Amino acid sequence: MSQLRPDLAIIAEHVANGSRVLDIGCGDGELMAELRDQHRVDARGIEIDPTNVSAAVARGLSVVQGDADTDLGNYPDQAFDYAILSQTLQTTRAPDKVLEELLRIGRRAFVSFPNFAYWRVRWSLMWGGRMPVTSALPVSWYETENIHQLTIDDFRAFVAERGIAVEDAWFLNGAKRTSAAAANFRAEHAVFLLRR
Amino acid sequence: MSDHDQRFGLARRLSMPGPLLLDGGARLSPVDIGYETYGRLNADSSNAILICHALTGDQHVASAHPITGKPGWWTRMVGPGRPIDPERHFIICANVLGSCMGSTGPASTDPATGQPWGMRFPVITIRDMVRAQAMLVDQLGIGQLSAVIGGSMGGMQVIEWAATYPDRVRSAVIIASAARHSAQNIAFHEVGRQAIMADPKWRNGDYYADGDAPAAGLAVARMAAHITYLSEAGLTEKFGRRLQARDAKSFGFDADFQVESYLRHQGISFVERFDANSYLYITRAMDYFDVAEPHGGLLANAFKGTRTRFCVVSFDTDWLYPTSESRVIVHGLNAAGAAVSFVELSSPFGHDAFLLEVPELFRVVDGFLRAGEA
Repeated sequence: MSQLRPDLAIIAEHVANGSRVLDIGCGDGELMAELRDQHRVDARGIEIDPTNVSAAVARGLSVVQGDADTDLGNYPDQAFDYAILSQTLQTTRAPDKVLEELLRIGRRAFVSFPNFAYWRVRWSLMWGGRMPVTSALPVSWYETENIHQLTIDDFRAFVAERGIAVEDAWFLNGAKRTSAAAANFRAEHAVFLLRR
Repeated sequence: MSDHDQRFGLARRLSMPGPLLLDGGARLSPVDIGYETYGRLNADSSNAILICHALTGDQHVASAHPITGKPGWWTRMVGPGRPIDPERHFIICANVLGSCMGSTGPASTDPATGQPWGMRFPVITIRDMVRAQAMLVDQLGIGQLSAVIGGSMGGMQVIEWAATYPDRVRSAVIIASAARHSAQNIAFHEVGRQAIMADPKWRNGDYYADGDAPAAGLAVARMAAHITYLSEAGLTEKFGRRLQARDAKSFGFDADFQVESYLRHQGISFVERFDANSYLYITRAMDYFDVAEPHGGLLANAFKGTRTRFCVVSFDTDWLYPTSESRVIVHGLNAAGAAVSFVELSSPFGHDAFLLEVPELFRVVDGFLRAGEA
């Protein structure tokens, strides 16, 4: 088993064997390959970067070059058991609409994102007065693809307002799990499992 | 299979009595199919790949052309160590119905008159071409094809194969193609057809008897079409405004510019190997192509319940069948719940990129095919 990124490892661990999965922003297909090979999952992917798409297709995965903002509309309702959006929500133009699409296409949705209220981020802003550059947010403000930064509490409020059920949630500090309590301060990453 | 089996090998021809019922309502008989095969069919007939050629292509996909002597048109994709490998695959490529390299077309003899069909040949469609190929595949003893693959008009045949014979296609590779001909596509083809028909030597298609074909008209058709196969950047890089074998403009109408000389050469060399009437019929078949049309205009309905795996590839500088057309195919397949891969590759070569050296294309096709064979 290859070493998956910690948030992907959590998702892989909790996807039911033999299910149908759409991985939006699937990169070079790391998670999809793991799900296919270890969990007999029928995995499909969407990825914006053509080099990543080529690499994923060359490893035998069904990946479509496309954009979470524009290419989800053609998938039928509830076509997948899970829709997965890992480290991509904060890069979309309309995260609210993407999330609605996710829960239309998938019976459940995994969403992972970097937490902008992580203490190191707060520290950098408060004491450094600069946009944070951390391991979870490694790119300078002018190059980052993260155009809709959010915090764990933002996300909790967002799903509560829309009546979306949180089935489970996991919080990470680097590769280590951290508790839900004070996650908004202590967690660098969050993974949510959602249901309509 | 036996090495002496005359069904397999280079320069084969299958003659069938027909009739083949065509989309236009006519019954065509007899039906000849010129084809080639490479590699060996395995014991359970599970390694067959059908390659579909483009408008002016032919069955000589990986063998020398009998008229021009040039190497096969897709030796970059087909050959030992290539993504389609005769060591691993049983490879079939057939000349399309309506063409002029051994398959029945307007230059063939009409059994009713004993004369060449000419314009009395029935108008055919892409689906008719595919039906004829299916007859060949039957004759070769193959139920299901491991893969059907093609670029441009070849890709249209692949789409039609998957729509018409879903259970006979395990994997489909559609390169630089479209699910329907656009107004612009039809317009360019009409220019080509009118160039042929405006040539006095065309004589309503009855030019076979004295061997004096409408070469000038066909050459112009080819020149116009050839421009659509290249990108503006590619033309600029290759020719710019450079002059051909002269230091100054002639203030006349010789081929002053290299690009003019190149196009004239393309036109002249084309007429040696292609029949003008075939050009009319095949371009018409492409113009009529719209897979969604018989399915209420919904492409997804053409692929409902399909178990075929699809791989769609476009090129960023292809303006003849641009990426947006490939996306239409992909969206239709997504809506049908099909297993589909799609990538837009970067290449300076325009539409012709699918025939040229684009390593990424070979990597994608190789990975896609291997995953289907696993």
